[in-house]
Amino acid sequence: MTNITKLTIAETRDGLKSKQFSATEVAKAYIKSMEDNRRYNAYVLETPEVALEQAKISDTKYQNGTQGALEGIPLGIKDLFCTKGIRTTACSHILDGFVPQYESTVTSKLLEAGACVLGKLNMDEFAMGGSNETSYYGPVVNPWSKEKDLVAGGSSGGSAAAVAANMCAAATGTDTGGSIRQPSAFCGVTGIKPTYGRCSRYGIIAFASSLDQAGPIAKDVRDAAILLKAMSGYDAKDATSANVSVPDFEAFLNQDIKGLKIGIPAEYRPDGLNEEIAAYWDKGAEMLKARGAEIVNISLPHAKYALAAYYIIAPAEASSNLARYDGIRYGLRVPGQHLDDLYINTRTEGFGTEVKRRIMIGTYVLSAGYYDAYYLKAQKVRQLIRQDFVKAFEKCDAILTPTAPTAAFPVGDKTMLENPINMYLNDVFTVSVNLAGLPGLSLPIGLSQSGLPLGLQIIGKAFDEATIFKVASALEKDAAFVRK
Amino acid sequence: MAIDQETVKRVAFLSRLKIEDDKIQATESEFNKILNWVEQLNEVNTDNVEPLVSVNESYITCREDKVTEGNQAQAVLANAPQAEYGYFVVPKVVE
Repeated sequence: MTNITKLTIAETRDGLKSKQFSATEVAKAYIKSMEDNRRYNAYVLETPEVALEQAKISDTKYQNGTQGALEGIPLGIKDLFCTKGIRTTACSHILDGFVPQYESTVTSKLLEAGACVLGKLNMDEFAMGGSNETSYYGPVVNPWSKEKDLVAGGSSGGSAAAVAANMCAAATGTDTGGSIRQPSAFCGVTGIKPTYGRCSRYGIIAFASSLDQAGPIAKDVRDAAILLKAMSGYDAKDATSANVSVPDFEAFLNQDIKGLKIGIPAEYRPDGLNEEIAAYWDKGAEMLKARGAEIVNISLPHAKYALAAYYIIAPAEASSNLARYDGIRYGLRVPGQHLDDLYINTRTEGFGTEVKRRIMIGTYVLSAGYYDAYYLKAQKVRQLIRQDFVKAFEKCDAILTPTAPTAAFPVGDKTMLENPINMYLNDVFTVSVNLAGLPGLSLPIGLSQSGLPLGLQIIGKAFDEATIFKVASALEKDAAFVRK
Repeated sequence: MAIDQETVKRVAFLSRLKIEDDKIQATESEFNKILNWVEQLNEVNTDNVEPLVSVNESYITCREDKVTEGNQAQAVLANAPQAEYGYFVVPKVVE
């Protein structure tokens, strides 16, 4: 019998329709894979009973022909999405035992489409990190690890690892500075951060509200397109949700890319860029050129300031969003004699080091006397970064860059841990896309000499994920990356 | 703009976090490292540049001013570490 867990969503969907296997069999296969692969620490909560119950309903729907677009497809859900009746912690000690009383809009759309939930996926605490090592539940191990345990990237490290190791058909992720794309690149899978406003943020635990976006992490480009369509759409419960129509992204795969203009930003090739990554980037551009695309040199002059602007704006928003964790309404409570003691004791014990660092940096840059020098300055630079993209897109239809400056690095890497800025540099190619609110996709382009996946990023115009999918499907075919 | 230990203590209190005395110096130097790094933004000329607050200001709309959901006291209190008589319980705040 076929190994069900190796199939893509599209293949599973066809198998279910033609009754090669049942939704219950699919769910059971993934539950077994989830159990067999616990060494990767990708799941922080397994919900096999929920998955089986949903699969049973899916089987009935297939019998009477009322199945949804994702009927019987088992998904993993990043622990940042509130799931009704299923513990949700953002992988933070401060949300110990929190059981949401409502469902996030994105997950309720997936459930309505017939997907079943295998469990909650590991992530950096409150999505703050680039290696999944800030999780209260410990780091995720990259399924591509050789002798040494390597990181899966972050913050959606559990999502990317679970997809790579076939522990779910696909997963949800979120991306504030690169948290879908960087782990996708590290684990050899495909992930897209859509345009800001494409997916509702309702019910997603907030980190930096002006940057956070949900998106899928999947086994291939087609699956990413299928899942993104199901996750997208206007939601009155999120004031920043965009009331724009959602195209059928799958329809843009395998299209001719002749005449498409692909921008290559000069600023993304700094001195000392990893040679293998630079070579794959050139190769990707050549592949597109061979298919008739036109390669255009573009300039994003403020790109080099994106990380610094991000590390003012994101902590500022985080310090405000995380003020709600006070030990009163949910999660951990550490007693104190007075109310302030209770707050301080709870927050000091409940938050991890990186989260505390960002809360304090954010509090500082927003405090009286420093607001203009830091926060307002960063918002102005953010404006210039966005304008760079607007100008660049006058000359091209999509932009091609590397996803991350390196391949996956070892768990507990000293240079990453001793200086937070080294870890922040992981997002050097992804973060400007969040600041500008644009869509960006990462797909695996090949293996490094040491056998680790490397990714390329395709950036599109706002609400033009369709062009990204066109380009990605062409690159995917030529790269012929072999997934796990 | 280097920050000192007093500022670290003040910011920690504003953040409602406690930093042990023996960690204050390390926190101060780490803060200064990050702040020195972000100060590269001063190289950018931002005269006459409007701050970008949100990428989608143009389509934010207000909803109708009416109750959409309510009467869910039980759900609201379901995760409270301590609740009594339909209320959250906190330490005494009035003498």
